[in-house]
Amino acid sequence: MIALSQKQRRVFSQIALTAAAWSVAFIIFFPILWMVLTSFKTELEAFATPPSLFFSPTLENYQEVFGRSDYMHYAWNSVVISMGATLLGMLLAVPAAYAMAFYETKRTQSTLLWMLSTKMLPPVGVLVPIYLLFKESGLLDTRTGLILIYTLINLPIMVWMIYTYFKEIPKDILEACRMDGATLGQEISRVLLPMCKGGLASTVLLSLILCWNEAFWSLNLTAANAAPLTALIASYSSPEGLFWAKLSAVSTLACAPILIFGWISQKQLVRGLSFGAVK
Amino acid sequence: MTFKTTFSALTLGLTASLMTHAATTVTIGTVNNGDMIRMQKLSQAFEAQHPDIRLEWVVLEENVLRQRLTTDIATQGGQFDVMTIGMYEAPIWGEKGWLTPMTDLPADYDLNDVFPAVRNGLSAKGTLYALPFYGESSMTFYRKDLFDAAGLSMPRQPTWSQMMTFARTLHKPDQGQYGICLRGKAGWGENMALMTTIANTFGARWFDEQWKPEFTGPEWTEAVKFYVDLLGQYGPPGASSNGFNENLALFNSGKCAMWVDATVAGSFVSDASQSKVAGKVGFALAPKQVTDKGAGWLWAWALAVPVSSDAKDAATTFVTWATSKAYSDLVAEKYGIANVPPGTRQSTYDNPEYMKAAPFAAMTLEAMSKANPKDKTLKPAPYVGVQFAAIPEFQAIASQVGKLIAGALAGSMPVERALQSAQNITLREMKRARYYASR
Amino acid sequence: MTIQSCDLNASVVPMPVSNENSAASAHSKAQRVARWLVSPSVLVLLLWMIVPLSMTIYFSVLQYSLLYPGEHPFVGLENYEFFLTDEGFSAGMSNTLILVGAVLAITVVLGVAISVLINTPFPGRGIVRVMLISPFFIMPTVSALVWKNLLMHPVSGVFAWLAQVMGMEPVDWFAQYPLSAIILIVAWQWLPFAILLLMTAMQSLDKEQVEAAKLDGAGGWAIFRHITLPHLARPIAVVVMIETIFLLSVFAEIFTTTGGGPGYETTNLAYLIYSQALLQFDVGMASAGGLIAVVLANIVAFFLVRLIGKSLTEKH
Repeated sequence: MIALSQKQRRVFSQIALTAAAWSVAFIIFFPILWMVLTSFKTELEAFATPPSLFFSPTLENYQEVFGRSDYMHYAWNSVVISMGATLLGMLLAVPAAYAMAFYETKRTQSTLLWMLSTKMLPPVGVLVPIYLLFKESGLLDTRTGLILIYTLINLPIMVWMIYTYFKEIPKDILEACRMDGATLGQEISRVLLPMCKGGLASTVLLSLILCWNEAFWSLNLTAANAAPLTALIASYSSPEGLFWAKLSAVSTLACAPILIFGWISQKQLVRGLSFGAVK
Repeated sequence: MTFKTTFSALTLGLTASLMTHAATTVTIGTVNNGDMIRMQKLSQAFEAQHPDIRLEWVVLEENVLRQRLTTDIATQGGQFDVMTIGMYEAPIWGEKGWLTPMTDLPADYDLNDVFPAVRNGLSAKGTLYALPFYGESSMTFYRKDLFDAAGLSMPRQPTWSQMMTFARTLHKPDQGQYGICLRGKAGWGENMALMTTIANTFGARWFDEQWKPEFTGPEWTEAVKFYVDLLGQYGPPGASSNGFNENLALFNSGKCAMWVDATVAGSFVSDASQSKVAGKVGFALAPKQVTDKGAGWLWAWALAVPVSSDAKDAATTFVTWATSKAYSDLVAEKYGIANVPPGTRQSTYDNPEYMKAAPFAAMTLEAMSKANPKDKTLKPAPYVGVQFAAIPEFQAIASQVGKLIAGALAGSMPVERALQSAQNITLREMKRARYYASR
Repeated sequence: MTIQSCDLNASVVPMPVSNENSAASAHSKAQRVARWLVSPSVLVLLLWMIVPLSMTIYFSVLQYSLLYPGEHPFVGLENYEFFLTDEGFSAGMSNTLILVGAVLAITVVLGVAISVLINTPFPGRGIVRVMLISPFFIMPTVSALVWKNLLMHPVSGVFAWLAQVMGMEPVDWFAQYPLSAIILIVAWQWLPFAILLLMTAMQSLDKEQVEAAKLDGAGGWAIFRHITLPHLARPIAVVVMIETIFLLSVFAEIFTTTGGGPGYETTNLAYLIYSQALLQFDVGMASAGGLIAVVLANIVAFFLVRLIGKSLTEKH
């Protein structure tokens, strides 16, 4: 046996580590990769066994999708609805979290937990009541309606996240500010927001992701006007005939914006998405 | 900047619903089948003819669409001006007064040209509530090349027992060739459509004259056992999650020797651009067993205008156009005559050009004319519909029964237990819906 | 002092004792401010809960099917009785719990393993990290469709092909192991979330402590067991908490793949209520089911809070 020197051993373990990390990442990323690859195949290739790894890429699926549906219309709805719901949610969640974190009362804990438990109400159980409400108030198939619903769905989690970030700020710093006669506005803008930038940013990110991907209300409360990308997917899943490649193309199109957005902002997410769990 | 755009978008969203367009907007909810997608593409011609009508499309997968439309029509939501519905919904919704009657159709529409069985299926108490877009029955597809090679011959209407023998001979899983492909995916419009036609030929029925289910009776037991044996032994792997589409894909890639399914598949399996087996496919009637009653189903996708629509006239104009002879001519011109929506008009089948271009047409016509929703079981039955019972409860009951049959097929429960559960569920639902007067 | 002192870097200033009185009045004012601030959110949430909830409670005692418009007679608790005695109810309960438990176990174990693995720098770490968290951004419907049609399809899927290459019989996922298949898909979606959180937590691990332990001759496992794992306890609790909230109502993945079948093997409570509400359009029964689900969710939430919630909301 050849005795490995310390250095050799370190190099060896470095290589092993790199290989292991890359293979795990590849396995986890594979479904997405495969979806994108399939979107460039013809329908017959997409269904072929064994799967064709080498093929001449075609854009026909994308042409078909763009020809058949107004992708930009759906994408724009997704953007508006996700951003609207996130903005509205932040406007409601930040003050609530502020009050809960810095003026804690006996009931704060239970309010918070109660808020979280509303998240567990299965949406399908209240579909008909909501549908009737929306019909009466003319919110059916409007972006406003979806913005309202999404805000309400995500509010508990947003309040909770921001609450945990606020909790991390040493109370003494705030007290010091108040002693100095800082107004509430100054307190928020000069202390809270800078200190919790990361946390607030990741709350925004999480809300955007959840809104973008929501597929129950968006399907059931919209028709032609306000339908976001999740509804576009539903028009390509399992129609008659071969559909794998077209489905992959439309899925790629629907996920690409949020995926790229997520990639760009992942550093932020990694830093901020701690839920107060990391000291 | 973000705030500003979002805010203006918000207000935009608010006002969008209040804005009225100069042109009447017709919102069409439709299913994402090939023929409907073709209709969407061709509708530009309609908009050109009617500049005052603007069409908006909501194209959804069948299950999603059905739940979407039912919620909307039952709550009078008024989101859709044209709804794509089937032979199951049309009479039920029509009778409830949710759909606009299709009366005063233009003379050149030639309503008498539409198959009577299809017309009746879309009517309630003699009033027509939806216009058929395409119709289908079921039939047997088989691979002529494989049959020839094995020295077999397919009768004009085989029996299910013969199908079993054929499947056994042609089942070669090691070569990626399976004896028979059938629907196994749970759903009242999926496995239960086929299962009900099989059960019909075995002499079974959904309900007796007192609306009592008969799942634990000998006919159903035998039929389900047969189906599970046939598909379990000689079907492709994963049969319990295969619906129409999955089977079509399997058949088109040459993996099935036989397939019993909707007649509309005829044009797909014969289309060389999507089928490896185009030209090698033979057609026969759907198999019979102790009776040939109810062997092939009857279904039509139709367009209806809900009463809650605020653009009924424009919507009716569109529906009339999309189901007219002129529309068929337009399809023939743009996509070839074999792609004309099948199964609705006698004139389509009187056209020798079509009969020549569509090898499946003759068999489709025969299957369509044999299917009779009012007389489809050996013993009398109180309901209308070959592969379904046109009562509001059926959808829910058959969905659950479908899951149980799929469970039996997947081997997660024995056939007897599945049928016992099916019996209990059906009794429960019917009792809940007050079918059995306890007075 | 100037306002400068409340700069982030300012050292913590202890509160002067003499200011007690003004502090007390400020306190009560603060209370009012707090109530005012918290009210919009709570009010909105209250409305969100109360309006549909009271409608739901009302509907749940009616015989109300969308398919029979008109009369909706009062039927008392009949809907509850029918829901609780539904053939799928017990299956729905156990499947819900199995699904939540299994996905939690998979994501936590793999999440810890992966975040430890990628904690030390190696070439391409940034890209690996991006790849690992990507599934989190994919719509549940899309991931279910991709897994079902492109990966797990027993004839043309990638897994079937891999099995054939290795000389094995392809697994028919949705017929043979339907619940496991769903668990796999859901776990794939939620693993990135666990990785995200645990990865962040790993970065704040005290490296000197690890080095010291190494010098003392502690092996990799001992370090992991006695230093890393205790450090990760809190983030793991957060992962469990948040995932449970979302996993209790998993729906899209089941709807797109198995439709709750075969039999009742993949029917969870959310799906059971769906089949009551939108297949039967039985508003009464769906309302009763929804209420039962809320009660059950609250029971789970109660235990969850007992178990881990306390340590989360408490100041450390």
